[in-house]
Amino acid sequence: MRHMRKSAGVLAAGAVAALALTACSTGDGETPGDSTDATVDAVEVDCADFEQYGDLSGKTVTIYAGIVAPEDTPYMTSFEPFEECTGATVDYQADKQFEQQILVRAQAGNTPDIAIVPQPGLLAQLVATGTVVPAPEGVAANVDEFWGESWKDLGTVDGTFYAAPSGASVKSLVWYSPTQFEENGYEVPETLDDLMALTEQIAADGNNKPWCAGIASGEATGWPLTDWMEDMVLRVGGPDVYDQWVSHEIAFDSEVPTQALDAVGEYLKNPDYVNGGIGDVSTIATTAFQDAGLPILDGQCSLHRMASFYAANFPEGTDVADDGDVFAFYLPSEDSSTKPVLGAGEFVTAFSDRPEVQALLEFWSTDTWANLKAAASSEETGGGWITANSGLDTDNLVNPIDLLSAEILLDPASEFRFDGSDQMPAAVGSGAFWKESTNWITGQSTADTLSKIEAAWP
Amino acid sequence: MTTTPPPVQVVLPAGRSEGDVAATVRATKRRLTSPWATVAAIVLATVWTIPTFGLLVTSFRPAADINSTGWWTVLTNPNFTLENYRTVLATDSSQSLLPFVINSVVIAVPSVVLPIFLATLAAYSFAWMQFRGRDALFVAVFALQVVPIQVTLIPLLSLYADIGVAGTFWAVWISHTMFGLPLAVFLLHNFMREIPGELVEAARVDGAAHVTVFFRLMLPLLKPALAAFGIYQFLWVWNDLLVALTFAGSSNQVAPMTVALFNLTGTRGSQWFLLSAGAFVSIIVPAIVFLALQRYFVRGLLAGSVKG
Repeated sequence: MRHMRKSAGVLAAGAVAALALTACSTGDGETPGDSTDATVDAVEVDCADFEQYGDLSGKTVTIYAGIVAPEDTPYMTSFEPFEECTGATVDYQADKQFEQQILVRAQAGNTPDIAIVPQPGLLAQLVATGTVVPAPEGVAANVDEFWGESWKDLGTVDGTFYAAPSGASVKSLVWYSPTQFEENGYEVPETLDDLMALTEQIAADGNNKPWCAGIASGEATGWPLTDWMEDMVLRVGGPDVYDQWVSHEIAFDSEVPTQALDAVGEYLKNPDYVNGGIGDVSTIATTAFQDAGLPILDGQCSLHRMASFYAANFPEGTDVADDGDVFAFYLPSEDSSTKPVLGAGEFVTAFSDRPEVQALLEFWSTDTWANLKAAASSEETGGGWITANSGLDTDNLVNPIDLLSAEILLDPASEFRFDGSDQMPAAVGSGAFWKESTNWITGQSTADTLSKIEAAWP
Repeated sequence: MTTTPPPVQVVLPAGRSEGDVAATVRATKRRLTSPWATVAAIVLATVWTIPTFGLLVTSFRPAADINSTGWWTVLTNPNFTLENYRTVLATDSSQSLLPFVINSVVIAVPSVVLPIFLATLAAYSFAWMQFRGRDALFVAVFALQVVPIQVTLIPLLSLYADIGVAGTFWAVWISHTMFGLPLAVFLLHNFMREIPGELVEAARVDGAAHVTVFFRLMLPLLKPALAAFGIYQFLWVWNDLLVALTFAGSSNQVAPMTVALFNLTGTRGSQWFLLSAGAFVSIIVPAIVFLALQRYFVRGLLAGSVKG
């Protein structure tokens, strides 16, 4: 658990004092002096806002999710004002088998009240079991107000809106070392051509190989490559072609995906460019994705494309900042006029229409909750959580990488697209796509790879 | 009970002195032990232990070292910390395993006692009581052993949800009892059949009814078998993730240690360096149980496997 301490300097008011106290009591090794600079204080909560939900004393709402310790505590903290003002109890349970267990529980009729679903594809599977209830109107109104059409579509199955978005992450990021860039006079690239030029320059300087990558992740080995390819499809073909590709309106082995995968290959299959600090091209397949970016810290590698959540993988004490040990830049587009963003996120869906469940859902979709959650994450886990809720006040983010991600997400010029493999049918999205990508990095040709994935589409 | 006869029988004919006996024992020992076999055994034991030893060393290394180098580098660069154990054991740590150790014990004790209790009663009646359809029923019970528990998960969970015990300890206790019973009945039945019929008949002649035979005769003789099955069942329940996760869920009040251990790596696996320390914490209890009962375990392994 990392603690980043920033003084918020905003005084607490009303119910939030209790919130701040709880936030501090969960931290480890904090000195009493820290209790005055809890950033949670920055969010003011007035119980009057909760009157619309009525008195829910004695009612319990169970939440089931795949988000475990230490990232689960900010969730519990963020529900505390709701519990205090309405009298309801929120019971948060999580385990990493969520994606399998929630289906088992839905099929057996043993559903929680609310689930935090990380993929639209899984949401569709849950809806198919007939246990999910559509989102209440209040939630739909909030999503219209704070998120917009594209996010609402992701929570919609067959024309019915079921799930409001919650957290989000940005995947179109390249990690680098600001210190190393400064020492060598490298510039953060603005276009894809710049990125290639930078890669060539680093390789020519010969201090280290420019890129490092790792795709090993147990049974999910290969997923970091699918992200690479999705990012490149977005850049080579644009968001519209990306949508067609994800929904299989164009074949997996058609022209744009082929160009995209070849574009990935220009970086990752070039023995001069990879695998900095780790070995040759073949080591990409065997390096755990959690470890692949660490050579940046030793100056063994300069560039590592990975999502915003990778910040948690750097050892304690690493200075993650735009002038620190590591930071990230937006994976540039073909030219600076477009800004496609690949990302992912969680969706909150309910299995019950009891009033307390609907009330919590509605609270969850507000800007108040988004700010409470962001502040609680900043306080308790040093950040690592952002949302695409446009009501998010970036003052509640302390982690520079969260600020960067939120900036990218909330930039009106950004064209957000959800992780494609999470939306494809399971046979492809969590099957052939992963497996064939792994074969591709260990030597299979682009054409073979894509035609095999195409053949696996159900 | 059946034991394998030793390869060399030491027979002591009448009239031979103690020195002769000692010489015979030495000769036997010599014939039974070969230096090469000893070397092979030591090599095997070492190779077998190295991964566990590596895990132990890893559990004391700082996170940054675990992430970047293998445990053998401690030889050149010794660097140890108790931080990993603090994270998984301290009560103020959000990733503490301690509350879950208690849940695991609460799950394991009834899940071991219940099947043993039921299976001993059932095994006795299958072994020593005459009733119609006994053999067919016995085969049917043992045949249940071949049903993979995975296929029962959803139907069982749906039953538990209907009667309102899903998500409680009851669901786990009942499930472990059910899954453990066929093997328990089979093992204990075979063990009881090996007890000489004369013993039981003698007791019956003395006026003992089934209850007396069961408690005064069978239970004392069954101790090794009960202990052996107890260890099997305990290890299985303690290490079980699937049954507990499916029927009890992941709430802090009921989830066992395995669920906590599984979650220990963090949402995206970035905390995997904690696993080595967590693994050792979870090993302690079964290791104690196993060491305390190991001589029964070896004897019990033979029970049922060799039918007398």
